[in-house]
This record gives sequence, C-alpha cells and structure tokens, in this order.
Amino acid sequence: MTELSAVARRAVEAATDAGAGDAEAYVSREGGRQVRVHGGEVESLTAATQSGVGIRAWSGHRVGYAYGTDLSDTGVAAIAARAAEAAAVADEDEFAAPPRPAEIEAVPGLSDPSIAEWETARVADLALTVERTALASDPRLVGVEVTVYADTDERVAIASSAGVAGEYQASSAYAYLSALAEGEGARETGIGFGLARGPRGLDPEAIGAEGAQRALAMIGAGKPASRSCPVVLDETVAASFAGLIGGGLSAKAVQRGRSPFAGRLEEEVASAAFALHDDGRDPHGPASAPFDAEGVPRRRTALIEGGRLRSHLHDTYTANREGVASTGSAARQGYRSLPSASTSNLIVAPGELSLDGLLARAGDGIYVTDVAGLHSGVNPVTGVFSVGASGRIIRDGELAEPVREFTIAGELVAMLGAVGAAGAEPRWVPFGGSVSTPPLLIAEMAISGS
Amino acid sequence: MSSLIDQAVAERVLARALANGGRFAEVFAERRLGQTLAIDERRIESVQAGAEEGAGVRVVEGSTTYFAHVDGLDPADLERAAEEAAGALRAERTESRPLQARETTPLPIERRPEDVPAERKAELLRELDERARAKGGEIAQLSASYAEARREITVANSDGLFGGDDRTRVRIGVQAVARRDGTVETGAETLGAHRGFELLEDDPGRIAEQAAAKALTLLDAVPAPSGSMPVVVGGGFGGVLFHEMTGHGLEADHIQKGASVYVGRLGERIAEPLLNAYDDGRLPGEWGSDAIDDEGQPTQKTQVIEDGRLASYLYDHLTAERDGVASTGNGRRESFRHLPIPRMTNTYIAPGDASPEAIIAEVDRGFYAVSFGGGQVDPATGDFVFGVSEGYLIENGEVTSPCRGATLIGNCLEALAAIDAVGDDFFMKTGICGKGGQKVPVGTGQGHVRVRAMTVGGTER
Repeated sequence: MTELSAVARRAVEAATDAGAGDAEAYVSREGGRQVRVHGGEVESLTAATQSGVGIRAWSGHRVGYAYGTDLSDTGVAAIAARAAEAAAVADEDEFAAPPRPAEIEAVPGLSDPSIAEWETARVADLALTVERTALASDPRLVGVEVTVYADTDERVAIASSAGVAGEYQASSAYAYLSALAEGEGARETGIGFGLARGPRGLDPEAIGAEGAQRALAMIGAGKPASRSCPVVLDETVAASFAGLIGGGLSAKAVQRGRSPFAGRLEEEVASAAFALHDDGRDPHGPASAPFDAEGVPRRRTALIEGGRLRSHLHDTYTANREGVASTGSAARQGYRSLPSASTSNLIVAPGELSLDGLLARAGDGIYVTDVAGLHSGVNPVTGVFSVGASGRIIRDGELAEPVREFTIAGELVAMLGAVGAAGAEPRWVPFGGSVSTPPLLIAEMAISGS
Repeated sequence: MSSLIDQAVAERVLARALANGGRFAEVFAERRLGQTLAIDERRIESVQAGAEEGAGVRVVEGSTTYFAHVDGLDPADLERAAEEAAGALRAERTESRPLQARETTPLPIERRPEDVPAERKAELLRELDERARAKGGEIAQLSASYAEARREITVANSDGLFGGDDRTRVRIGVQAVARRDGTVETGAETLGAHRGFELLEDDPGRIAEQAAAKALTLLDAVPAPSGSMPVVVGGGFGGVLFHEMTGHGLEADHIQKGASVYVGRLGERIAEPLLNAYDDGRLPGEWGSDAIDDEGQPTQKTQVIEDGRLASYLYDHLTAERDGVASTGNGRRESFRHLPIPRMTNTYIAPGDASPEAIIAEVDRGFYAVSFGGGQVDPATGDFVFGVSEGYLIENGEVTSPCRGATLIGNCLEALAAIDAVGDDFFMKTGICGKGGQKVPVGTGQGHVRVRAMTVGGTER
C-alpha cells in the first residue's frame, strides 16, 4: 500500500474510533508549478506542493465532514474527531449512506511524464514563446497583458469503512495569454489557450497566435443593432453554455427543484441537432479518472439524445434518493469539499458542418466569440440568461465587422431547442468545467445592442 | 497577539531565501480555521470543519518573483519553501535587514464564533428557514448557509518588517425559490462582516425575509427592456458597479501593464465633480477590512476619485516600488498558496446629497437596478457587464413593474462620466471578488446612483 492510501486507511479508522458508524477519507497530494511571463521576462515562478485529507463521517443517516493539511497521526485523528462531531449536528437524511465498493478499472495515460522531464527553464521558454508569437504577429498587437504556463501532478487515494479503496495519479498542463491589440482609438483583448496532460502536448505558437488573432479581430468593433437573429457560438462560448446546462443536469439541482431540467426526464428538451453526454473515462478528457470523488467507477452517461433528456448525473446520495444507480458523478473541489453530483467531461456531439458551413447556414446573424458575466447573468434555477458578448457580424454567410458591448439573452432549454446545427470540429475547452464541443448554430437569439 | 513563527525562525528562513541573491524576500505564514453548515429542504446538512496551515516564501530579483509554498509551519517546512523559492536563482547571497517586530491591533471580535456551539448555528439556520417560509406558500425552496473563518497570519520580510494579524469573518446567506404555476423565481441576500458571532445578534432573520420577498416580487416580473436608457442603481451592493467599472482598472498591476483604461489619467477629470470615491481597508468591522494587508502594510483610506478627478491608483509592495511610491496597503492574497497582488478592500462612492426619491423622480423612462448577482470587467478595454438580480422599470418618475433577466452592459469611462446623481442613503454590502484565480472578501457601497444612459440587455421582444 502506498503512503497516501495508508493515510486514507488510518483516517477511516480514526473516524470510526471517534464514534462514526461509517467513514470515508479522501487524500490528495499534488505538486505543481506556474510560470507567468511579461514583456519577454519571467514575472513569477511558483513551485507548489500541497496535500490534505477530507473525512466524511456517517452517524446513522447523519453526515459530517472535516478536512485539514496535517497528515500526521495526531493531525488525522483530530480531523477525524471533528468529522464525527460535525455529523452529530446534521439532521437525519434517510438517503445518506456510504457508497458500496465496486470493481475499478484503471484509465491509462492520465499522468504525463513530460511534466517531470521538462525543467522549469524549459516550460518558462514555452510561455515566452507563446508571448513572443503573439507579439510578432502584427504591429497592431501592442502587448500581452499576461501569459501563464501551469502544470500539476496529483495523486488521489480514497478509502472507506464500507470497503472502498482506490488510488490514481493524473496530471494536467495548460498555457494561456491575454493579448492586447490597438487600433481605431480603442484597445482590444484576446485570449488564447491550450491544455494537455503535460507540456509536450501544448503548442505555444498556436496558443500565441490564437490570442493575437482574437484581439486583432476585435479592432474597430462597434455595437450591433438590437434584433433577433441567428447566432453561431464559437467553441469557447458553446462550452460555457454547455457547462451551465451540465450544472442543471446534476441530480442534486434537479431533486431540489433548482434546475430548468427538473421533472423533464424523457421529455423533449433540445433539437435533434444537439446531443450531450458525460464521460469520466474519455482518454482525452482533462477530468478523466478511474473513479469519482467518492470511489464509484467513472463511466459514460448519455444525457441528451434525439432531443430527449435521457439521464441526470448522480452521485450515491442522489441515486439512493431515486432508487437508481450512481452514474459515478461525484465531484469535489479537492479535499476541502464534500462530494456532490456534477459533470466530469461534458461532451457535445459534433455534427457535419465546418465553421464556414455554419456561417453560411446562419446567413445574416452574429458569430459570438466571447461572453462575460456568466456567473451573474444566468439564473441557474430558471435557465433565464442575459450575458455580455462580443464577436463578429455574419453577413451573407460570411464573417464581417467585429461587434462588442451587446448582450445575448434567452432561456437555456429554449436555446437548446433552437440549435440548428453542430459543427464538425470539436475542441476541449476548460471554461464551464471540462467540455468538448464544436461551434453551435442557434436559429434565433435576442441581441440587445444599440 | 502571538506569532505563528518565532522571530529567530523567520530570520533564518529569510536568510535561506536570499542565499542565492534577491533584493527582497518575504515569508508569509498562515493558519486557517473554518466552519460551515447549511440548511436545505429544511434539513441541516453539509456540516464541515477545516484546519489548514502553511507558508509561502517569495524572493524578488530583477523583474522576477520566485515563489514556493508548503503545508505545515514547522521550521523545517518553512526552510524547505525558502530553498524551493531560491532554487532557481544563481546570484550572490544578499542580507536581510534585522527584523523589527511591529505591533498590530487586530479588529476586535466580541464573541469568538468557534466558542459558539455548532447547535446554536444550526438553530440560526432553522430560524432563517422559518422566517423565509413564513412569507407565504409560494416559497417553494429555501437554502441558507453559515460560514465562519479565522485567518491568523505572520509576515516577515527582508526590509525588516515582522508583523501579523488575526482575522475572523462571519457570513450568512439565504437563497429563496418562489413558484407560482409555471413561473419560478429566486431571491438571495447575505450578511457578513469582519466581526464575530455578535454580527448575528441583531435579528439576522430579516435577511431571510428579504430574500423571500425578492423572489416573490419577481413572480410578477415582466421581461426586462432592451436598449439604452437612464439607469438608477440602488445603494449598498450597487457599489459593485463602481468596483468593477473603476476599482479594478485602478489596481496598479493593470496600470503598469497598460491593461487599463485609466492609464495616464491621474489628475484628469473622469467623472462629474459630484463624484468622490474611496478604497478603505480600515472601516470598522467591514467585510473587506483588515488591520494590515497580506504584506504586513497597515491598511488605509485612499481617495481614488476626488471631485470627479482621478486621484490615486491602488498599490501593493512591488507595484509601489516600481512607481516609486508607497504601498497603499492593497497587497492581498487568498491564502499562503497565492502571491499577493493589488486588490480592493472596501470600495465605495461617498454619499452625495440627493434623496433616492428625487433621483428616481427625475427619470421619465428608465431602469432601476436595486441589486446585482455580480459583474465582470475587462480592465484593458473597459467593457463591463452586470447581472441584475432585482430590477424594476421606471415610468414617469415612478418605480413600476419588476423585471427579470436584465443585464447592464457598457464601457467604464463612458458610464463613469455619465453618473449625474449620487444619493445620501449610503450603506455597505459584502462581496467575494475574484482576480487572477484568487478570491478575497471585499466590501462595496454607495447610496443610490444615477447613470444618464446605459445599455440594458433584456429579453423583451
């Protein structure tokens, strides 16, 4: 047994010793680094290690949780005691019970050795290349606000008194920049990004070029006239919306009446052009793992198919409540948080049209390349949204002048019903969780501008 | 106040950090204790307790900051962090100035929340639940949360600074869902402070009623209008408008990178002379207040807009050094795992002399944004967006129908210059501000404020 699994096992014993009927421990240890560059120089270099344990204690049908960074025997015992105490404060919930152990199958290739192989100077150079590429692209590209490279390599171990035991290691690396372009008396920004399991999977030139291209494309942007028209969402914007939809498909939100998808299982919720599934084992998915945040095997779950809502995302608790099986969808924000039903890798099925094909199909409308204010402009309970946006006019099926400072508004389920086509080329996007989506054509959306 | 690390240990760690050179080194040690619980579907759940400790060490040389953080506060942990941070440096050893212990008086806490039994906190949540549901049968769902957090910090740097702070914050939040036939609406309210449990002694249940009332009001809402019109922004959390529109653009890191629309505008008229605004980390008991910032600098009151003129940027240690000015005490970090950057504390528009009624009465047709779900700005372009959580139409000088789904959108410089009235009904509200992946507690405040014209993005056809 590894040291991490031993800590998890010890934590479970400490919790049952402290009076918990059942207990589960989630232990993580991660090493990471971050490089920020600016103006051709390294602005900051961060080396980080962090580890911690989160202990869930059941006392009958009451649940308590405690977490901490002290993994020594006495430290773990103190955390376990607090978890058991916390359980006494919670109310009974008949569906609260520890997950049962199940066969866990490894997911190969989750940890990329290039993280360890690439020295800090080499990843700093990668970040500098991202910035340099952007700056060299065009004289109107006047600066780069920030360029970041970061990676982490994390080990997770889980154990429970019910017999759950598992451990895995997964790594990730990403780089992004925010480029500044100037022209026609205004300043524009553009984001470029890439993500992979290690630095060797990143293409610094492509990332830099994307940021530059997005900023340059916005030069001279004006406000579009208010109207209702076809809209094409680029992959980043489509991913943000997919993330919101994924949030509404969490069985927790549904069961508590806080989702626009509540009570709509097997109903028509989207056009036939929009299909969505969650796959916690996708070999390319940034969030892939052999098991979820409470040790239940990850799997593929069809969510929306043929326009109908096929399933919600369940953890053990929400599954117990409905008498179904968990979909292996428990997630946490590290050891500090209780597991909760959520998306893993959310995947929008690609269609057949290229981006040009989508624009041609749109005819006259707007290509949205960025949205802002998602955390405040969307009501996750009702699905009603109004968010800030920027992008390009689509005229006669082709991209025309840039536009900004307008809003797109509507309602999530109605928007899914209006999906006219999905593009053929999907991309993994870290916005809205971990999402793979192509661009999407929405037949009609409300635009508020001048 | 006791220190998390001994002076001798701090000196040793700084010496270690400067072993390979560097003009500045700092060790930041922190212990974080927290408890949260929630009520949902009338059940107390998510009862959690957390205890974390660790330290971050940074060394600055040239234009580069070398940073490492570790868990644990043993001298060996701290030295490991110092070694990691210095590991990439290849220059000659430099010396730290002798540490001078600096006394700080933390903000007073009358009733330590950790001394209050968890059952009492659970009772409080049950009261919030009852109070909200008592507003009527249309309240279909109610969730509420309680959170307390204590952060003890010790900071030492090679300029000889050695100080610390002990901060306790308490916050409750309520979210109500109202339902009538097919219509569903939500309302939320929070109450928080840099204070102890005494914050909750004065009828905290009122915020549950307020959240429920918001959700119920919205059941009668019409779709929000679209287009450019006069906008009256409510007091308190309405100040988030100024926080996003102006505050972020004044943070010196954005300024120094040329990524702010306020670059080079110090002393310039950017608003009507009636506008005065401050960032004040010393407001007693306020959510965004601390005795010192996360670099050990005493917090202060900084006037950022004086009679419509841009008066100051907001600085941390490094950005102040670069501009040859003094830090304004705005160096903040989410935790020992983050580098400090310039951040707002409590940011507000000072009270004016108009009454809210008069400000509204002068509007023929416009929009009244009482409260926001939040907002976002791109400081480089000045483009901002705000989600309105409670808004109304103004027709013929009167507040009429509630509206759902409104967003305010615009550009900072234009919108700031378009503020033509400031109310006398000043108060502060709590917020959580995110920047560069770090979240810190901030206060926002103002009285009613009117913007001559702003784009409202609604769903009305």
